[in-house]
Amino acid sequence: MTAQQDIRADTWAVAGRTFASRLIVGTGKYKSLEENAAAVGASGAEIVTVAVRRVNISDPKQPMLTDYIDPKKVTYLPNTAGCFTAEDAIRTLRLAREAGGWNLVKLEVLGEAKTLYPDMRETLRATETLVKEGFEPMVYCVDDPIAAKQLEEAGAVAIMPLGAPIGSGLGIQNRVTIRLIVEGANVPVLVDAGVGTASDAAQAMELGCDGVLMNTAIAEAKDPVLMARAMKAAVEAGRLAYLAGRMQKRRYADPSSPLAGLI
Amino acid sequence: MATNNTLQIRVNGEQRDVTDGLSISEMLGEIGLDPRKVAVERNLEIVPRSTLGQVCVEDGDTYEIVHFVGGG
Repeated sequence: MTAQQDIRADTWAVAGRTFASRLIVGTGKYKSLEENAAAVGASGAEIVTVAVRRVNISDPKQPMLTDYIDPKKVTYLPNTAGCFTAEDAIRTLRLAREAGGWNLVKLEVLGEAKTLYPDMRETLRATETLVKEGFEPMVYCVDDPIAAKQLEEAGAVAIMPLGAPIGSGLGIQNRVTIRLIVEGANVPVLVDAGVGTASDAAQAMELGCDGVLMNTAIAEAKDPVLMARAMKAAVEAGRLAYLAGRMQKRRYADPSSPLAGLI
Repeated sequence: MATNNTLQIRVNGEQRDVTDGLSISEMLGEIGLDPRKVAVERNLEIVPRSTLGQVCVEDGDTYEIVHFVGGG
């Protein structure tokens, strides 16, 4: 089987929905809606995250995201970015469900503005309520295997640990805990936040993650559309490397050419 | 206080006068919004899209009208 066929057959599923692309991209921070749509196209993403905000009632005819990225072709994953309490997040997602008509959502409850680190107590509380109300929350969380387990027990349909703070582009800071989360999870694990460049995305996939979610790494690249292509390739490369099974590391050199027959 | 023909409501944090006797769907139309593209919360309760045409706007109502925008 060729690598291309392999990638196409290698799907993943969350809450009963199957996807071929393992890259989820955000739709914030772009210079224009046109650029945003072009980057989503280049990334090959089948899911995009979106925010829920007040309509500008003094200028109701402003162009809308849905005019540029068709929710019938790309799955909109409404998120709760900017929410600092479980109540705010739940309220936002109830509105999102009404706006979109589906239950698959991304929950994030933030602890403080400086680090945008998740508040896990509030996150867990919100997860429990959302699940009771029939939502299927994919949950942004700390890179802590115990917290990840607790979220899964509460009904999270995907665990999404941060690689580094949101928008920092610092790359995966703790590969050990990401790997432990992957090993312990029975639901998909996606690194959400912290990816800065293509190698970070590949690394997340090499650790066995089911996918990667990113926004700033693409939107703030000098050429976002080109970076979107790079991320697509990186996620596929990382996934293939994970499936292929990497070689063992050695302390010293080991020649690639045979020693026998040397002149 | 509302006059005979208008009601005073709050929409997305702003005070607004609207015609008396409108459904929420008609009120959205008066503002210039497409009811199919937004979600409506009335006095902290979600109004299902299917009932926007039936629920009447009442004096003193507080509305949050939201839609999807770009975000992470």
